[in-house]
Amino acid sequence: MRAARPVAPVAAVGVTEASLLMMRALGRGILQKGLALGLLTAPAFGAVLPEDRADVLYHSYYGGGVTIQGPSLLVRKQFAGKFSASANYYVDNVSSASIDVVTTASPYKEERTQYSVGLDYLHDRWIMSLGFSSSEENDFVADTFSIGISQDLFGDLTTISLGYSLGDDQVGRRGDPDFADSIQRQHYRLGLSQILTRNLLLGLSFESITDEGFLNNPYRSVRYLDSGSPLGYSYEPELYPRTRTSDAGAMRLRYYLPYRAALHAEYRSYADSWDIKSDTVELGYTHPLANGWTIEGKLRFYSQDRAEFFSDLYPRSQYQNFLARDKELSTFTSQTIRIGGTYDILEAGWRFVERGSVSVMYDHIEFDYEDFRDLTQTGLAPGEEPFYNFGADVIQVFVSFWF
Amino acid sequence: MPKLLQMSLLCCVVALAGCSLEPWVKPYERDHIADPIMSFDRDPVSSSYIHHVYEAREGARGATGSAGGGCGCN
Repeated sequence: MRAARPVAPVAAVGVTEASLLMMRALGRGILQKGLALGLLTAPAFGAVLPEDRADVLYHSYYGGGVTIQGPSLLVRKQFAGKFSASANYYVDNVSSASIDVVTTASPYKEERTQYSVGLDYLHDRWIMSLGFSSSEENDFVADTFSIGISQDLFGDLTTISLGYSLGDDQVGRRGDPDFADSIQRQHYRLGLSQILTRNLLLGLSFESITDEGFLNNPYRSVRYLDSGSPLGYSYEPELYPRTRTSDAGAMRLRYYLPYRAALHAEYRSYADSWDIKSDTVELGYTHPLANGWTIEGKLRFYSQDRAEFFSDLYPRSQYQNFLARDKELSTFTSQTIRIGGTYDILEAGWRFVERGSVSVMYDHIEFDYEDFRDLTQTGLAPGEEPFYNFGADVIQVFVSFWF
Repeated sequence: MPKLLQMSLLCCVVALAGCSLEPWVKPYERDHIADPIMSFDRDPVSSSYIHHVYEAREGARGATGSAGGGCGCN
């Protein structure tokens, strides 16, 4: 992981007589502030440990009858000059009356808690990372171990990284003590960051994931035509394949504008062994203002094709080997618009805190399904219901301290 | 010359050139790149959350640019 504002000891490497002369020539102003916080405290590229930092975040998601909220706490601290340890505590408090739930089951509430710890070790131009994460809810336990390594090359213009994660999940089913299954997950990651010009950064990411085990949701059902039912259709449990392999590749560009603002663009391509294919495009803009505020905006467009075994309505019961009516596996598009702001606080420091910031981010997401129908619309023939769509509001409020 | 040998030699030349590559953006020219607004992941606590939001509602996963092992939530 690369720090946004790397730390002082390694930063000194980037301070040459030429850079000091250049800074004097630039004089006072925003750019100088940027230099003081960035270049002179450390180059953005170069093997450096992440900054010492603490974040307290509150998150809220509301959309499609689902409310999820909770805190996330992240603390990171260096020690012994070569190590950086991190710890994260995250909670999702879920209250769900989603379309699946209201049409086939009863609304429910549950809590998911996740603990993560990590350790980074800096050696020369290498950073080695170890991580462990444990997530727990009443019917699902997921443990993940991860390792990673990154190295800077070519005068610190290039950073390459490799990562591997191994996950072990235990799946249960509420109200069914006899049900127990598991999933093994493996992630393989490859990343590259490249300084292309003094104003342009490139990032490339590739990730392959393999899953093996009980991959369907134990509560979801598919529907099939049933002339004996008053509705004209009935439900039966979903059945997914027990393996899934996916590949994703992404390219990111970040460009520094002459008046100190940043544009970013991103494209991700995805395909998996269930025949889901998707494209994601993201465009964003970040603009610091003179009064301590930094504002940002983002547009994101996502589209995917359905899994080959997905159907909103099967012609009959047990129509094929694998059955799914999970809307996340259907054909759909989503569009996101984000506005957000960050305000700098404690710029003069306070006790052991060097500085801080308060941030608010608001995302609105619209989901439009193309082969998943809205069964809350009754009185229509099976397969004639309108396609489902919903909007979601996502709010994040967080306070960050650097020390 | 066999094609494989030619390719190997080419790789060696590229690798050796890489070792002695002069950075075309000098350290003292990286003030813009070092600005926090140019970070791909300025607030990890926020980006990992929003990736989780998308991963739970979309079929695609991975290559988000940040680590994270996936929570396995269905």
